[in-house]
Amino acid sequence: MKRADIENGVREVLAARGRISVDLAEFDPGCSLYDAGMTSHATVKVMLGLEDHFDVEFPDELLQRSVFDQIATIVGAIEKLLADQR
Amino acid sequence: MTSTAKMGTPIPADPARSRGAALRVATAIAEDVAAQHAHDVDLHARFPIETVDALRGAKLLSTAVSRELGGWGCEFSELTEICTRLARSCASSGMIFAMHTIQVASILNHRGGEGALDRYLRDLARDQRLIASATSEVGTGGDLRRSIAHVESTGTGGDRFRFEKTTTVSSYCEYADDLLLTLRRDAESAAGDQVAVLVQRGEWKLADIGEWNTLGMRGTCSPAARITGEGADPQILPDPFRAVAAVTMVPVSHLLWAAVWLGIAVDATDRARRFLQIKSRKDPDGSTIAANRLAQLSTRLRNMRAQLESEVRSYEERDSAHAAERASEPGTVLALNDLKLSASESVVAIVGEAMQVIGIEAYMNEGEFSLARHLRDAHSAALMINNDRIRATNADLLLVYKGR
Repeated sequence: MKRADIENGVREVLAARGRISVDLAEFDPGCSLYDAGMTSHATVKVMLGLEDHFDVEFPDELLQRSVFDQIATIVGAIEKLLADQR
Repeated sequence: MTSTAKMGTPIPADPARSRGAALRVATAIAEDVAAQHAHDVDLHARFPIETVDALRGAKLLSTAVSRELGGWGCEFSELTEICTRLARSCASSGMIFAMHTIQVASILNHRGGEGALDRYLRDLARDQRLIASATSEVGTGGDLRRSIAHVESTGTGGDRFRFEKTTTVSSYCEYADDLLLTLRRDAESAAGDQVAVLVQRGEWKLADIGEWNTLGMRGTCSPAARITGEGADPQILPDPFRAVAAVTMVPVSHLLWAAVWLGIAVDATDRARRFLQIKSRKDPDGSTIAANRLAQLSTRLRNMRAQLESEVRSYEERDSAHAAERASEPGTVLALNDLKLSASESVVAIVGEAMQVIGIEAYMNEGEFSLARHLRDAHSAALMINNDRIRATNADLLLVYKGR
Protein backbone atom coordinates (compact mmCIF):
# COMPACT_ATOMS: atom_id res chain seq x y z
CA MET A 1 0.00 0.00 0.00
CA LYS A 2 1.28 3.45 -0.91
CA ARG A 3 2.05 6.00 1.81
CA ALA A 4 -0.58 8.36 0.40
CA ASP A 5 -3.23 5.61 0.61
CA ILE A 6 -2.23 4.84 4.19
CA GLU A 7 -2.43 8.50 5.09
CA ASN A 8 -5.89 8.81 3.53
CA GLY A 9 -7.04 5.73 5.46
CA VAL A 10 -5.65 7.17 8.70
CA ARG A 11 -7.45 10.47 8.08
CA GLU A 12 -10.66 8.58 7.35
CA VAL A 13 -10.45 6.60 10.62
CA LEU A 14 -9.53 9.71 12.61
CA ALA A 15 -12.50 11.59 11.16
CA ALA A 16 -14.85 8.74 12.04
CA ARG A 17 -13.50 7.88 15.48
CA GLY A 18 -11.16 10.61 16.72
CA ARG A 19 -13.85 13.04 17.94
CA ILE A 20 -11.71 16.04 17.10
CA SER A 21 -13.41 19.22 16.01
CA VAL A 22 -10.97 20.03 13.19
CA ASP A 23 -11.11 19.25 9.47
CA LEU A 24 -9.11 16.01 9.29
CA ALA A 25 -8.76 16.23 5.50
CA GLU A 26 -6.73 19.43 5.94
CA PHE A 27 -5.01 18.68 9.26
CA ASP A 28 -1.19 19.05 9.20
CA PRO A 29 0.28 15.53 9.48
CA GLY A 30 3.01 16.88 11.79
CA CYS A 31 0.66 18.56 14.26
CA SER A 32 -0.38 17.05 17.57
CA LEU A 33 -3.77 15.37 17.54
CA TYR A 34 -3.82 15.49 21.34
CA ASP A 35 -3.29 19.21 21.34
CA ALA A 36 -6.18 19.40 18.87
CA GLY A 37 -8.35 17.74 21.50
CA MET A 38 -8.15 13.98 20.90
CA THR A 39 -8.77 12.18 24.21
CA SER A 40 -7.35 8.88 25.48
CA HIS A 41 -10.80 7.33 25.08
CA ALA A 42 -10.99 8.46 21.45
CA THR A 43 -7.45 7.12 20.87
CA VAL A 44 -8.67 3.64 21.76
CA LYS A 45 -11.53 3.94 19.27
CA VAL A 46 -9.07 5.18 16.63
CA MET A 47 -6.76 2.28 17.34
CA LEU A 48 -9.59 -0.25 16.98
CA GLY A 49 -10.65 1.50 13.76
CA LEU A 50 -7.11 1.33 12.37
CA GLU A 51 -6.78 -2.37 13.27
CA ASP A 52 -10.01 -3.01 11.37
CA HIS A 53 -9.28 -0.74 8.41
CA PHE A 54 -5.73 -1.99 7.74
CA ASP A 55 -6.24 -5.51 9.12
CA VAL A 56 -3.29 -5.19 11.50
CA GLU A 57 -2.75 -5.61 15.24
CA PHE A 58 -0.96 -2.97 17.27
CA PRO A 59 1.47 -4.71 19.62
CA ASP A 60 1.58 -3.32 23.19
CA GLU A 61 4.87 -1.50 22.60
CA LEU A 62 3.16 0.63 19.93
CA LEU A 63 0.27 1.57 22.19
CA GLN A 64 2.03 4.81 23.09
CA ARG A 65 0.84 8.35 23.12
CA SER A 66 3.83 9.29 20.97
CA VAL A 67 2.67 6.86 18.24
CA PHE A 68 -0.82 8.36 18.12
CA ASP A 69 0.22 11.97 18.55
CA GLN A 70 0.35 12.89 14.85
CA ILE A 71 -1.00 11.64 11.56
CA ALA A 72 2.62 11.21 10.45
CA THR A 73 3.53 9.00 13.41
CA ILE A 74 0.41 6.86 12.95
CA VAL A 75 1.20 6.44 9.24
CA GLY A 76 4.75 5.43 10.17
CA ALA A 77 3.46 2.80 12.60
CA ILE A 78 0.99 1.37 10.04
CA GLU A 79 3.72 1.21 7.39
CA LYS A 80 5.91 -0.74 9.79
CA LEU A 81 3.11 -3.12 10.76
CA LEU A 82 2.20 -3.76 7.11
CA ALA A 83 5.87 -4.33 6.23
CA ASP A 84 6.24 -6.79 9.14
CA GLN A 85 3.25 -8.75 7.84
CA ARG A 86 4.90 -9.45 4.52
CA MET B 1 29.52 5.74 52.60
CA THR B 2 28.97 8.42 50.01
CA SER B 3 26.48 8.84 47.26
CA THR B 4 27.44 10.51 44.01
CA ALA B 5 25.69 13.48 42.51
CA LYS B 6 25.20 13.92 38.77
CA MET B 7 28.32 16.02 38.37
CA GLY B 8 30.44 13.42 40.15
CA THR B 9 30.68 15.45 43.34
CA PRO B 10 30.70 13.10 46.30
CA ILE B 11 28.06 13.95 48.85
CA PRO B 12 28.94 13.00 52.39
CA ALA B 13 26.38 10.63 53.84
CA ASP B 14 24.43 12.07 56.71
CA PRO B 15 24.01 9.25 59.23
CA ALA B 16 20.82 10.91 60.48
CA ARG B 17 19.42 10.49 56.98
CA SER B 18 20.26 6.86 56.30
CA ARG B 19 17.63 4.44 55.03
CA GLY B 20 14.82 4.06 57.51
CA ALA B 21 15.72 7.19 59.49
CA ALA B 22 12.89 9.27 58.04
CA LEU B 23 10.42 6.47 58.71
CA ARG B 24 11.56 6.25 62.33
CA VAL B 25 11.07 9.98 62.84
CA ALA B 26 7.68 9.84 61.08
CA THR B 27 6.64 6.93 63.30
CA ALA B 28 7.41 8.95 66.42
CA ILE B 29 5.43 11.91 65.06
CA ALA B 30 2.53 9.62 64.13
CA GLU B 31 2.41 8.10 67.61
CA ASP B 32 3.12 11.18 69.69
CA VAL B 33 1.44 13.92 67.68
CA ALA B 34 -0.90 12.75 64.89
CA ALA B 35 -2.68 10.15 67.03
CA GLN B 36 -3.26 12.67 69.84
CA HIS B 37 -5.00 15.18 67.61
CA ALA B 38 -6.72 12.90 65.07
CA HIS B 39 -10.09 12.95 66.80
CA ASP B 40 -10.15 16.72 67.21
CA VAL B 41 -8.98 17.27 63.63
CA ASP B 42 -11.82 15.05 62.41
CA LEU B 43 -14.44 16.49 64.74
CA HIS B 44 -13.79 20.09 63.75
CA ALA B 45 -12.72 19.44 60.13
CA ARG B 46 -9.57 21.37 60.90
CA PHE B 47 -6.06 21.20 59.45
CA PRO B 48 -3.74 18.91 61.47
CA ILE B 49 -1.41 21.79 62.15
CA GLU B 50 0.40 20.05 65.04
CA THR B 51 1.36 17.11 62.83
CA VAL B 52 2.42 19.27 59.89
CA ASP B 53 4.45 21.50 62.23
CA ALA B 54 6.12 18.40 63.68
CA LEU B 55 6.91 17.10 60.17
CA ARG B 56 8.28 20.50 59.28
CA GLY B 57 10.34 20.64 62.50
CA ALA B 58 11.84 17.24 61.73
CA LYS B 59 12.49 18.37 58.12
CA LEU B 60 10.30 15.58 56.78
CA LEU B 61 8.72 17.81 54.10
CA SER B 62 11.87 17.20 52.04
CA THR B 63 11.97 13.39 52.23
CA ALA B 64 11.33 13.17 48.45
CA VAL B 65 13.85 15.89 47.51
CA SER B 66 17.13 14.42 46.31
CA ARG B 67 20.23 14.76 48.50
CA GLU B 68 22.00 16.95 45.93
CA LEU B 69 19.26 19.50 46.52
CA GLY B 70 19.40 19.26 50.30
CA GLY B 71 16.62 16.73 50.88
CA TRP B 72 16.61 13.23 52.36
CA GLY B 73 16.54 11.45 48.99
CA CYS B 74 14.36 8.71 50.47
CA GLU B 75 13.69 5.65 48.38
CA PHE B 76 10.16 5.52 47.10
CA SER B 77 9.29 2.53 49.28
CA GLU B 78 10.20 4.53 52.37
CA LEU B 79 7.90 7.37 51.26
CA THR B 80 5.01 4.92 50.97
CA GLU B 81 5.79 3.52 54.42
CA ILE B 82 5.74 7.03 55.89
CA CYS B 83 2.29 7.62 54.32
CA THR B 84 1.03 4.35 55.77
CA ARG B 85 2.46 5.05 59.21
CA LEU B 86 1.02 8.56 59.44
CA ALA B 87 -2.36 7.37 58.15
CA ARG B 88 -2.54 4.66 60.82
CA SER B 89 -2.74 7.49 63.34
CA CYS B 90 -4.52 10.15 61.27
CA ALA B 91 -5.57 9.50 57.68
CA SER B 92 -5.86 13.22 56.90
CA SER B 93 -2.25 13.78 58.01
CA GLY B 94 -1.10 10.82 55.90
CA MET B 95 -3.01 12.16 52.89
CA ILE B 96 -1.56 15.66 53.30
CA PHE B 97 1.96 14.21 53.44
CA ALA B 98 1.13 12.08 50.37
CA MET B 99 -0.24 15.01 48.37
CA HIS B 100 2.71 17.23 49.26
CA THR B 101 5.08 14.44 48.21
CA ILE B 102 3.26 14.02 44.87
CA GLN B 103 3.89 17.71 44.08
CA VAL B 104 7.55 17.49 45.12
CA ALA B 105 8.09 14.39 42.96
CA SER B 106 6.39 16.06 39.99
CA ILE B 107 8.70 19.08 40.19
CA LEU B 108 11.78 16.95 40.87
CA ASN B 109 11.19 14.63 37.90
CA HIS B 110 10.07 17.26 35.40
CA ARG B 111 12.15 20.34 36.20
CA GLY B 112 14.32 19.85 33.11
CA GLY B 113 17.34 22.10 33.18
CA GLU B 114 15.52 24.91 34.94
CA GLY B 115 17.85 26.42 37.51
CA ALA B 116 14.94 28.25 39.07
CA LEU B 117 13.21 24.97 39.87
CA ASP B 118 16.43 23.50 41.31
CA ARG B 119 16.66 26.57 43.51
CA TYR B 120 13.04 26.16 44.49
CA LEU B 121 13.60 22.57 45.66
CA ARG B 122 16.65 23.68 47.68
CA ASP B 123 14.51 26.40 49.27
CA LEU B 124 11.79 23.86 49.97
CA ALA B 125 14.27 21.60 51.74
CA ARG B 126 15.81 24.46 53.70
CA ASP B 127 12.60 26.25 54.67
CA GLN B 128 10.37 23.15 54.75
CA ARG B 129 7.77 24.67 52.46
CA LEU B 130 4.44 22.87 52.06
CA ILE B 131 3.11 22.53 48.48
CA ALA B 132 -0.54 22.00 47.64
CA SER B 133 -1.97 21.22 44.24
CA ALA B 134 -4.80 22.83 42.32
CA THR B 135 -5.56 20.45 39.46
CA SER B 136 -9.35 20.29 39.78
CA GLU B 137 -11.48 22.88 38.05
CA VAL B 138 -15.13 23.80 37.82
CA GLY B 139 -16.39 22.75 34.37
CA THR B 140 -13.94 19.94 33.53
CA GLY B 141 -16.03 17.14 35.04
CA GLY B 142 -13.22 15.93 37.27
CA ASP B 143 -10.88 15.23 34.35
CA LEU B 144 -7.30 15.89 35.49
CA ARG B 145 -6.19 16.13 31.88
CA ARG B 146 -8.38 19.07 30.92
CA SER B 147 -8.19 22.71 31.96
CA ILE B 148 -10.20 25.81 31.22
CA ALA B 149 -8.11 28.47 33.01
CA HIS B 150 -5.00 29.43 31.08
CA VAL B 151 -1.63 31.10 31.38
CA GLU B 152 -1.94 34.74 30.37
CA SER B 153 1.26 36.54 29.39
CA THR B 154 1.68 40.00 30.84
CA GLY B 155 4.40 42.62 30.48
CA THR B 156 6.28 43.56 27.38
CA GLY B 157 8.86 40.76 27.29
CA GLY B 158 6.17 38.13 27.87
CA ASP B 159 8.25 36.80 30.74
CA ARG B 160 5.54 37.31 33.33
CA PHE B 161 2.18 35.63 33.50
CA ARG B 162 -1.05 35.70 35.45
CA PHE B 163 -3.97 33.30 35.88
CA GLU B 164 -7.33 32.86 37.52
CA LYS B 165 -8.72 29.41 38.25
CA THR B 166 -11.80 28.16 40.09
CA THR B 167 -11.25 24.74 41.66
CA THR B 168 -13.76 22.20 42.94
CA VAL B 169 -11.36 20.95 45.62
CA SER B 170 -8.03 22.42 46.66
CA SER B 171 -6.56 20.44 49.50
CA TYR B 172 -5.06 22.39 52.44
CA CYS B 173 -4.71 25.40 50.13
CA GLU B 174 -5.19 27.82 53.02
CA TYR B 175 -2.20 26.32 54.83
CA ALA B 176 0.20 25.77 51.93
CA ASP B 177 3.20 27.92 51.13
CA ASP B 178 3.19 27.13 47.44
CA LEU B 179 0.88 25.75 44.77
CA LEU B 180 1.39 23.51 41.77
CA LEU B 181 -1.54 24.00 39.44
CA THR B 182 -2.62 22.99 35.96
CA LEU B 183 -3.47 25.57 33.33
CA ARG B 184 -3.88 25.57 29.57
CA ARG B 185 -0.65 26.65 27.90
CA ASP B 186 -2.24 29.85 26.57
CA ALA B 187 -5.62 31.33 25.65
CA GLU B 188 -5.70 29.50 22.28
CA SER B 189 -4.66 26.04 23.58
CA ALA B 190 -7.00 23.05 23.58
CA ALA B 191 -8.32 21.86 26.95
CA GLY B 192 -5.77 19.03 26.96
CA ASP B 193 -2.75 21.20 26.16
CA GLN B 194 -1.82 21.88 29.79
CA VAL B 195 1.24 22.99 31.72
CA ALA B 196 2.05 22.58 35.42
CA VAL B 197 2.75 25.92 37.04
CA LEU B 198 4.43 26.56 40.38
CA VAL B 199 3.49 29.69 42.30
CA GLN B 200 4.99 30.62 45.65
CA ARG B 201 3.61 32.38 48.68
CA GLY B 202 2.97 36.03 47.88
CA GLU B 203 2.34 35.24 44.21
CA TRP B 204 -1.11 33.72 44.67
CA LYS B 205 -4.30 34.57 46.50
CA LEU B 206 -7.44 32.68 47.49
CA ALA B 207 -10.93 34.11 47.15
CA ASP B 208 -14.46 32.72 47.42
CA ILE B 209 -13.30 29.85 49.59
CA GLY B 210 -16.06 27.27 49.89
CA GLU B 211 -17.05 25.22 52.88
CA TRP B 212 -15.30 21.96 53.73
CA ASN B 213 -17.73 19.88 55.71
CA THR B 214 -17.39 16.35 54.42
CA LEU B 215 -18.06 12.79 55.50
CA GLY B 216 -14.37 11.96 55.91
CA MET B 217 -10.81 13.12 55.31
CA ARG B 218 -11.99 16.22 57.13
CA GLY B 219 -8.51 17.34 58.15
CA THR B 220 -7.36 17.74 54.56
CA CYS B 221 -9.44 20.96 54.40
CA SER B 222 -10.04 20.87 50.65
CA PRO B 223 -12.68 23.47 49.78
CA ALA B 224 -13.54 24.88 46.38
CA ALA B 225 -11.77 28.19 45.81
CA ARG B 226 -11.00 30.86 43.26
CA ILE B 227 -7.24 31.18 42.94
CA THR B 228 -5.56 34.12 41.28
CA GLY B 229 -1.87 34.68 40.85
CA GLU B 230 1.08 35.76 38.81
CA GLY B 231 4.66 34.68 38.39
CA ALA B 232 7.71 34.42 36.14
CA ASP B 233 8.20 31.99 33.25
CA PRO B 234 10.73 29.56 34.76
CA GLN B 235 8.07 28.52 37.26
CA ILE B 236 6.30 26.63 34.46
CA LEU B 237 7.50 23.02 34.43
CA PRO B 238 9.25 22.52 31.09
CA ASP B 239 7.61 19.13 30.42
CA PRO B 240 4.01 19.31 29.16
CA PHE B 241 1.55 18.38 31.89
CA ARG B 242 0.49 15.25 30.02
CA ALA B 243 4.03 13.92 30.59
CA VAL B 244 4.09 15.10 34.22
CA ALA B 245 0.75 13.37 34.78
CA ALA B 246 1.58 10.12 32.98
CA VAL B 247 5.13 9.65 34.26
CA THR B 248 4.89 10.98 37.81
CA MET B 249 1.74 12.60 39.13
CA VAL B 250 -0.76 9.82 38.39
CA PRO B 251 1.47 6.81 39.23
CA VAL B 252 2.81 8.44 42.40
CA SER B 253 -0.73 9.44 43.44
CA HIS B 254 -2.01 5.90 43.03
CA LEU B 255 0.92 4.50 45.01
CA LEU B 256 0.90 7.01 47.86
CA TRP B 257 -2.88 7.13 48.16
CA ALA B 258 -2.98 3.33 48.34
CA ALA B 259 -0.32 3.57 51.07
CA VAL B 260 -2.57 5.96 53.03
CA TRP B 261 -5.58 3.66 52.63
CA LEU B 262 -3.42 0.76 53.76
CA GLY B 263 -2.69 2.74 56.93
CA ILE B 264 -6.42 3.11 57.63
CA ALA B 265 -6.91 -0.63 57.05
CA VAL B 266 -3.94 -1.56 59.27
CA ASP B 267 -5.25 0.49 62.17
CA ALA B 268 -8.78 -0.89 61.79
CA THR B 269 -7.39 -4.44 61.81
CA ASP B 270 -5.19 -3.63 64.83
CA ARG B 271 -8.21 -2.37 66.73
CA ALA B 272 -10.22 -5.48 65.84
CA ARG B 273 -7.38 -7.77 66.91
CA ARG B 274 -6.81 -5.94 70.21
CA PHE B 275 -10.51 -5.99 70.93
CA LEU B 276 -10.82 -9.71 70.28
CA GLN B 277 -7.72 -10.53 72.30
CA ILE B 278 -9.07 -8.71 75.36
CA LYS B 279 -12.43 -10.40 74.93
CA SER B 280 -10.91 -13.83 74.43
CA ARG B 281 -8.81 -13.57 77.58
CA LYS B 282 -12.04 -13.34 79.52
CA ASP B 283 -13.90 -15.97 77.49
CA PRO B 284 -11.57 -18.07 75.30
CA ASP B 285 -14.39 -20.02 73.63
CA GLY B 286 -16.78 -17.16 73.14
CA SER B 287 -15.71 -15.58 69.86
CA THR B 288 -15.22 -18.27 67.24
CA ILE B 289 -17.15 -16.48 64.55
CA ALA B 290 -15.45 -13.15 65.23
CA ALA B 291 -12.05 -14.88 65.31
CA ASN B 292 -12.71 -16.45 61.93
CA ARG B 293 -13.69 -13.08 60.61
CA LEU B 294 -10.46 -11.60 61.98
CA ALA B 295 -8.50 -14.32 60.17
CA GLN B 296 -10.27 -13.39 56.95
CA LEU B 297 -9.50 -9.73 57.61
CA SER B 298 -5.83 -10.53 58.04
CA THR B 299 -5.78 -12.26 54.63
CA ARG B 300 -7.41 -9.29 52.94
CA LEU B 301 -4.98 -6.89 54.58
CA ARG B 302 -2.00 -8.96 53.47
CA ASN B 303 -3.27 -9.01 49.90
CA MET B 304 -3.76 -5.26 49.96
CA ARG B 305 -0.21 -4.73 51.21
CA ALA B 306 1.27 -7.23 48.74
CA GLN B 307 -0.33 -5.54 45.76
CA LEU B 308 0.95 -2.14 46.88
CA GLU B 309 4.47 -3.46 47.51
CA SER B 310 4.55 -5.15 44.11
CA GLU B 311 3.60 -1.91 42.33
CA VAL B 312 6.08 0.09 44.43
CA ARG B 313 8.83 -2.31 43.29
CA SER B 314 7.82 -1.93 39.64
CA TYR B 315 7.89 1.84 40.04
CA GLU B 316 11.31 1.80 41.72
CA GLU B 317 12.73 -0.57 39.11
CA ARG B 318 11.59 1.40 36.10
CA ASP B 319 14.41 2.65 33.97
CA SER B 320 14.37 6.44 34.12
CA ALA B 321 15.59 6.68 30.51
CA HIS B 322 12.45 4.92 29.29
CA ALA B 323 10.11 6.08 32.04
CA ALA B 324 7.92 8.04 29.64
CA GLU B 325 7.26 5.09 27.32
CA ARG B 326 6.85 2.62 30.16
CA ALA B 327 4.42 4.88 32.02
CA SER B 328 1.97 4.98 29.12
CA GLU B 329 2.21 1.27 28.23
CA PRO B 330 -1.17 -0.33 28.75
CA GLY B 331 0.27 -3.01 31.05
CA THR B 332 1.67 -0.34 33.40
CA VAL B 333 -1.48 1.79 33.34
CA LEU B 334 -3.72 -1.23 33.93
CA ALA B 335 -1.63 -2.42 36.88
CA LEU B 336 -1.63 0.97 38.63
CA ASN B 337 -5.32 1.50 37.95
CA ASP B 338 -6.01 -1.96 39.36
CA LEU B 339 -4.06 -1.01 42.48
CA LYS B 340 -6.19 2.12 42.89
CA LEU B 341 -9.46 0.25 42.34
CA SER B 342 -8.51 -2.64 44.55
CA ALA B 343 -6.98 -0.66 47.45
CA SER B 344 -9.85 1.85 47.53
CA GLU B 345 -12.40 -0.96 47.72
CA SER B 346 -10.38 -3.13 50.11
CA VAL B 347 -10.04 -0.36 52.68
CA VAL B 348 -13.82 0.02 52.90
CA ALA B 349 -14.31 -3.75 53.11
CA ILE B 350 -11.60 -4.16 55.75
CA VAL B 351 -12.91 -1.36 57.98
CA GLY B 352 -16.43 -2.79 57.61
CA GLU B 353 -15.29 -6.26 58.62
CA ALA B 354 -13.27 -4.92 61.52
CA MET B 355 -16.41 -3.15 62.65
CA GLN B 356 -18.27 -6.44 62.48
CA VAL B 357 -15.61 -8.06 64.69
CA ILE B 358 -15.75 -5.30 67.31
CA GLY B 359 -19.46 -4.56 67.25
CA ILE B 360 -21.07 -1.58 68.90
CA GLU B 361 -17.83 -0.15 70.30
CA ALA B 362 -16.60 0.29 66.73
CA TYR B 363 -19.80 2.10 65.86
CA MET B 364 -19.25 4.68 68.61
CA ASN B 365 -17.84 8.00 67.45
CA GLU B 366 -15.21 7.94 70.19
CA GLY B 367 -13.20 5.41 72.10
CA GLU B 368 -10.32 2.98 71.83
CA PHE B 369 -12.23 0.73 69.44
CA SER B 370 -14.15 3.33 67.47
CA LEU B 371 -13.93 2.88 63.69
CA ALA B 372 -16.29 5.69 62.76
CA ARG B 373 -13.54 7.99 61.52
CA HIS B 374 -11.83 5.12 59.69
CA LEU B 375 -15.03 4.19 57.88
CA ARG B 376 -15.75 7.77 56.87
CA ASP B 377 -12.17 8.38 55.75
CA ALA B 378 -12.14 5.10 53.80
CA HIS B 379 -15.14 6.11 51.71
CA SER B 380 -13.16 8.97 50.15
CA ALA B 381 -10.91 6.46 48.40
CA ALA B 382 -13.30 5.45 45.62
CA LEU B 383 -14.01 9.10 44.84
CA MET B 384 -10.47 10.51 44.61
CA ILE B 385 -10.43 10.14 40.83
CA ASN B 386 -13.74 8.33 40.66
CA ASN B 387 -13.38 4.56 40.41
CA ASP B 388 -15.99 4.50 37.65
CA ARG B 389 -13.75 6.73 35.55
CA ILE B 390 -10.74 4.51 36.19
CA ARG B 391 -12.71 1.37 35.40
CA ALA B 392 -13.85 2.96 32.11
CA THR B 393 -10.20 3.64 31.22
CA ASN B 394 -9.29 0.03 31.98
CA ALA B 395 -12.25 -1.17 29.93
CA ASP B 396 -10.93 0.89 26.99
CA LEU B 397 -7.37 -0.35 27.40
CA LEU B 398 -8.41 -3.97 27.58
CA LEU B 399 -9.95 -3.63 24.11
CA VAL B 400 -6.52 -2.97 22.61
CA TYR B 401 -4.12 -4.56 25.15
CA LYS B 402 -2.51 -7.70 23.76
CA GLY B 403 -1.26 -8.90 27.14
CA ARG B 404 2.38 -9.23 26.15
